[in-house]
Amino acid sequence: MSGPSTPASPDLFSGYGTPRFFCEIMKGLDPNEPTVSLIRERLRAFDVEELRRRATAAEAELYNLGITFTIYSDRDAIDRILPFDLIPRILTAKEWDVIERGVIQRVTAINQFLWDIYHDQKILADGILPRELVLGNSNFRPEMMGLDVPMGVYVHVNGTDIVRDDQGRFLVLEDNARTPSGVSYVIENRHMMLRVLPDLVAGIGIRSVDEYGVRLQQAMAAMAPAEVLDPQVVLLSPGIYNAAYFEHVFLAREMGVPLVEGRDLVVENARVYMRTIAGLRQVHAIYRRLNDDFLDPDVFRPDSQLGVRGLVDAWRRGNVAIANAVGTGVADDKAIYAYMPRIIKYYLDEDPILDNVETNICREREGLQYTLDNLANLVVKPVGESGGYGLIIGPHATRAELDEFRVKLLADPANYISQPVINLSTAPTLCEDGVEPRHVDLRPFAVTGQSTWVLPGGLSRVALKKGSLVVNSSQGGGSKDTWVLSS
Amino acid sequence: MSPPVEQIQHEPLRAGQALLSRYAESTVWLARYMERIENLARIIDVTDTFTRTSQTENGWRSIIQINADEERFYATRREADVANVAEFYVLDRENPNSIASLIHVARENARALRPLISTEMWTHINMFHNWVRQLTRRDIGPSQLSGLCARVKQECQTHNGITEGTFYRDQGWYFYSIGKYLERGDQTTRLVDIKYHTLLPREARIGSQVDLSQWSAVLRSAAAYHAYRRVMPRSLTPAAVAGFLLLNNAFPRSLILTLRQVNWALGQLRTDYGLRRGGDALERMDELRASLEDQTIQQIIVRGLHEFLDWVQLQLRHIQDDVADAFWTLATAPIEPAVAIQTFGAAPPGAMSQTMGGMTQTMGKPEPDPVQT
Repeated sequence: MSGPSTPASPDLFSGYGTPRFFCEIMKGLDPNEPTVSLIRERLRAFDVEELRRRATAAEAELYNLGITFTIYSDRDAIDRILPFDLIPRILTAKEWDVIERGVIQRVTAINQFLWDIYHDQKILADGILPRELVLGNSNFRPEMMGLDVPMGVYVHVNGTDIVRDDQGRFLVLEDNARTPSGVSYVIENRHMMLRVLPDLVAGIGIRSVDEYGVRLQQAMAAMAPAEVLDPQVVLLSPGIYNAAYFEHVFLAREMGVPLVEGRDLVVENARVYMRTIAGLRQVHAIYRRLNDDFLDPDVFRPDSQLGVRGLVDAWRRGNVAIANAVGTGVADDKAIYAYMPRIIKYYLDEDPILDNVETNICREREGLQYTLDNLANLVVKPVGESGGYGLIIGPHATRAELDEFRVKLLADPANYISQPVINLSTAPTLCEDGVEPRHVDLRPFAVTGQSTWVLPGGLSRVALKKGSLVVNSSQGGGSKDTWVLSS
Repeated sequence: MSPPVEQIQHEPLRAGQALLSRYAESTVWLARYMERIENLARIIDVTDTFTRTSQTENGWRSIIQINADEERFYATRREADVANVAEFYVLDRENPNSIASLIHVARENARALRPLISTEMWTHINMFHNWVRQLTRRDIGPSQLSGLCARVKQECQTHNGITEGTFYRDQGWYFYSIGKYLERGDQTTRLVDIKYHTLLPREARIGSQVDLSQWSAVLRSAAAYHAYRRVMPRSLTPAAVAGFLLLNNAFPRSLILTLRQVNWALGQLRTDYGLRRGGDALERMDELRASLEDQTIQQIIVRGLHEFLDWVQLQLRHIQDDVADAFWTLATAPIEPAVAIQTFGAAPPGAMSQTMGGMTQTMGKPEPDPVQT
């Protein structure tokens, strides 16, 4: 606290202390990297109050712009913003190179894997993966067998969740190969940053994130039926009541294509049309933001009002392209995740550029034994569940809980994997009491058409609660602008 | 390295992309609701001024009559006084004709139109909405009400300005114009109808002092006072005021001018985009305009002003229905009878309740989020 007569020279990091974990800005792998040092010194010159004022302005702007997700109740619609932390997350060109190559490698392997399991299933015949793990998986879609997707691409848009451990190693935590969301925040956060902190950004070479819409549009157009010269691309959204509707709008605008809902589309003679004021107009490629289950009541959930009857048939006949393809969920499933290093090796004959978090497969004897021996130090997850259900975090569990879990694990070991607890890296974040370290992750987005392109940046989510490792927006997570330095 | 970005070339416009029917429908409703809000603010404002300076009977009741809200209003309130009426028409979210409800549905339409409208249009509507939705009883007290109405009017005018300056001039713009001017014309007929009859109860009063101030108030509520004075400096009679609001060729809120705008927009859809479907609406429009151009206000009054305005309102409603049939209801009728569009997010497009009050749109009900990722 300084009175008006004693202008203390500000130091944003004065109360930061020595970070306990790997810190993205203060204790990186290359702390003397000149651009990172420059950014750090510019940040240091801010005082907390000034930064807070700008944060307040940014928040008001997000609210006014309607960059929100909306929670509907019977009577009301409440808009929430994803909290935006002004201190950027920085990735050097060297770090980005690893991520970019690693993501491309992973997406390539995932697409080859999906083609294989929906065609010849060589990987199963070769015993690399247990047959029932794939064929018995609830995300495996038998409807997809033998369907030749254009260019062999199933996953056109992929989000790879990456964390850093206390050594600063990048580790993949999860693949999102269905309808990953969050890319709109990557781009909007950058726009916001340029408006609110121009003095921080000035003169620093940051890779642009503005190309995403064009790249996505190109990938969609590339997969449209070959005989169509100027394909009609649309984005299929569940509609304004969906929590991610803002992102759907954002992407439709960036791509310059209509945002349609299921009710805007109709299938006639195995062709997809949209209803326009001039009558029906044929649609050639659909970027859908609707889950498999809801896509087509003829094939999946018969009660779905959101999808389009006959869509899958039209697709199967090659009259329309759909991204992402149906049935990609089998590739980003937790059970399959554990095998991803082997999948990469099998199809590409390469070692993974980005490692998995070390994962013990309890269906295998060694993995089970290791898990039982180290239960108190591991996170054990059931593979069939999502949203953190049924898992146990060893270090946080009581003796009795561990004993109880041991019984469950032994009864059905194939249903479990185990991982060490990762001390996620942290980044300086504006908190109530000043700037403090908070845990972050990273979700880069890859777009695949003729080839795979990775948006230089990604969604950096930050756990705003002190000590929390959970970055999800539903549990007090926020986001940061992610700067990939150009050199 | 990935290949360089190549722009995909499209035809400049016109023949290009056809507007989604759902967008056309939402555009019409967005325009209508914004126009309705402005008219409502105008009428609350002028009634507020008027009731404060006059000793005559309760003027607040006429707002309820204009909107045909008697049943709804008296179901929950006894007295049509300033506090009750202002609360009913500004804050009450149970009342679909309140500013709070109207801005909400306007914004829901704008949200559906986000891919089409400019970011500036959306941002302004969003901010306007957020401001209205935080208003409380304190903001509509006797000393605040007029200022509040002024702000609402201003926000609507800002919306108009932003729209004029940023809304892309393709089919969407024509549908916007159709909605805006249909609503404006409808509102003008309501104002004339109610005021003419409530202000003209007995022969004896005509020409009296009270009467004149009431009629100048009517003009003011439509922002027509000075224009009227300029055109007719020497007289102010109920018939002349009604004639001005209905038949004047240059006043932007007159019925005849709004019809000309609707006509223009429908015509553009046909000539610019070759959309032959609006034929029914255009025919009806011709008939309506002819009946206005062929009569003087005196003839209309002698033949029965109320009956005439009722007929006009009905025609306006039919025109909206014709537009809906042409561009979304029939255009989008399910091709397979098996396609059930019933519940979530799929209200039959164009369905609307036809009460004596303003036309309203049927919207889908929110349901749980079906996407997990």
